Amino acid sequence: MRPFLVGEFGNASSIHQEGQHARAAVESARASIARFVGCRPAEIVFTSGGTESDNLAVFGSVRAGDHVITSSVEHHAVLHAVERLGERGVEVSFVPVDGQGLVANEDVRRALRPNTRLISVMMANNETGVLQPVEEIGRIAAEAGVRFHVDAVQAAGKVPLDVDSIGCQLLSISGHKMHGPQGTGALFVRRGTRVEPLFAGGAHERQRRAGTENVAGIVGLGKAAECAMGSEAAERMQVLRDRLEMGLLEQASGVNGGKAPRIVNTSNLWFDSLEGEALVIALDLKGLAVSSGAACSSGANEPSHVLLAMGVSPERAKSSVRFSLHRQTTEEEIDRAIELVSTQVVRMRELSAVTS
Amino acid sequence: MTIAVAMSGGVDSSAVAAMLKQEGHDLVGLTMQLWNQRRLADKDGMPEQVQGRCCSIDDVYDARRVAEMLSIPYYVVNHQERFERDVIRPFVDEYLAGRTPIPCSLCNNHLKFDQLLLTARQIGAEQIATGHYARNEYDPERGRWILKRPADASKDQTYFLFGLTQEQLARTLFPLGGFTKPQVRELAHGYGLALANKPDSQEICFIPGGDYKRFIDAYLEEQGEAVPETAGELVSVGGQPRGTHEGVHNFTVGQRKGLGLASPSPLYVISIDRERKQVTVGAEQELMRDSLRAQRVNWISVPGLAGEMRAQVKIRHRHEPAWATLRPSGADEVEVRFDEPVRAVTPGQAAVFYAGDEVVGGGWIV
Repeated sequence: MRPFLVGEFGNASSIHQEGQHARAAVESARASIARFVGCRPAEIVFTSGGTESDNLAVFGSVRAGDHVITSSVEHHAVLHAVERLGERGVEVSFVPVDGQGLVANEDVRRALRPNTRLISVMMANNETGVLQPVEEIGRIAAEAGVRFHVDAVQAAGKVPLDVDSIGCQLLSISGHKMHGPQGTGALFVRRGTRVEPLFAGGAHERQRRAGTENVAGIVGLGKAAECAMGSEAAERMQVLRDRLEMGLLEQASGVNGGKAPRIVNTSNLWFDSLEGEALVIALDLKGLAVSSGAACSSGANEPSHVLLAMGVSPERAKSSVRFSLHRQTTEEEIDRAIELVSTQVVRMRELSAVTS
Repeated sequence: MTIAVAMSGGVDSSAVAAMLKQEGHDLVGLTMQLWNQRRLADKDGMPEQVQGRCCSIDDVYDARRVAEMLSIPYYVVNHQERFERDVIRPFVDEYLAGRTPIPCSLCNNHLKFDQLLLTARQIGAEQIATGHYARNEYDPERGRWILKRPADASKDQTYFLFGLTQEQLARTLFPLGGFTKPQVRELAHGYGLALANKPDSQEICFIPGGDYKRFIDAYLEEQGEAVPETAGELVSVGGQPRGTHEGVHNFTVGQRKGLGLASPSPLYVISIDRERKQVTVGAEQELMRDSLRAQRVNWISVPGLAGEMRAQVKIRHRHEPAWATLRPSGADEVEVRFDEPVRAVTPGQAAVFYAGDEVVGGGWIV
């Protein structure tokens, strides 16, 4: 990325040599992303991140009179986009999830209508890490001849991605969820799948995404994809994640979505009679960054729509905290985290017992 | 020892944070998200969003910037549910019952010095500091925490703090108690706070524009509840019909405007009877009362009231305390007999008892 931030400012769409150099870097990154998801380079559209990729997939596929199927645990980038379509004369169906956060294939099949245009289901949930049966949903979509979008933002870098085995026409990824730069992302658009661009402007990205390319960001995203491939980090992360869960379950009351297949770096635990929000702050003050719920505009926490959709009580949703690992997390860090969390939880529980 | 500073994004609490930081304390800044201003924005007569109101993104931004400048950790905590349950709902219910509530006291009792203090302690702070104009100190002789009026009498907020318990006072700091507002602005300038000239907040924080009647209508509409039918008669003190009104929640004792009556001399609301849906109107001298009863009394400088006690009593925020004799009249209930009659004793407001600068205690007027 560095050269494109400090000296090489060529516009990848320009004729001059600086521009050509930038173009080459962008195309090389495109090839890396294509290898990463198992498609042709021309099928990759660079975006400003997961939200834009999801929006392009959803808004770019559907118009009034169409029908869209999605799940109730999607990221807001899909959920709110579909809700907005609902206000614009599009029929929308939100399929439920079970107590573990899983979508049932049959529910998707049953939701199909003659005018169903798009099915959008995430690969891994960003709060619980639960993996949806996207390959089976892909088959249902194929049988019905319906376009299938997979939000793979959370899954990318943790499970191998292959757009052909998933059987999707559209797939979103985001840079910062895979050790790439923030504000970068990509959408896989299968050849022959037409998406209406979100922006009016130039003919960039084969007329699918107008706007001068974020060259440094794209290069960083490409590099992140290369680093994520063939890495053995996933196995290690799973061992560490399981160690963390085992340790924390001394104090925690359970794992949200713990019985479903999950990605290896996410653990969503609940702590009975505890405010997740206060625990997050207490831990942050001690140097451990975790999260709870979803941040609203002011930064305050809202109860998680994902957990509520799983049928979890509002109390349990509020007592839930998400722990995420990354590829460089060490065993020592895990053990320190277990100790720190246990100390804080015990202290907080004593306090609540005294004051309530 | 860590102190949590309740930061609203205003001058006062920002100055508190800067002051305590200067003194070398370990701080964490907290802002309570209490109400979503946009929630009722689509309802009839409610403004879209008012700049710079409590819990607006602007205020959080201001608070965050101050915390950033002072290099203190800062968090927004979501206490919206508790606020709605313990402040908004009672506020609406009180008006519908013909009383005039004080949401600021409810917020202090249930949010700032209860929920926020608990959150502060959970995250590892021992005390909270707020930008209230009030003083508190421990008196070893009485073995009690004493709440006192501040140096700046014009900013005195002790009226809203009468509900604080000994435990809460022990864990609270009011660093502005010894300063006047102009001095605090001066200090804020001195600390380099960009918001030193930010205007004071005035009205009820969750009611943009200050129209509480519209707020009640909008809130009930959102809740899917009908506004209770409380339209009825306006009557004179003697009981003669004088006209009609559209609901008891449109009135407060002592109110002159908006009665819709033609009269040679000014008329005031004397009392409100929710049961009979009657609003009694009369001349100003008919507003005068020589006693009141206060319930759910909280004692601060004394453990309780054994017999009679002389005190000065404030019956609303902007009221010159009046001499009175307090007498216990039931469990947590006090009868207050004024030396001279006072104007417009208003159910729903608080009667707060003072001994000089000290807050003896207070209760809710019935």
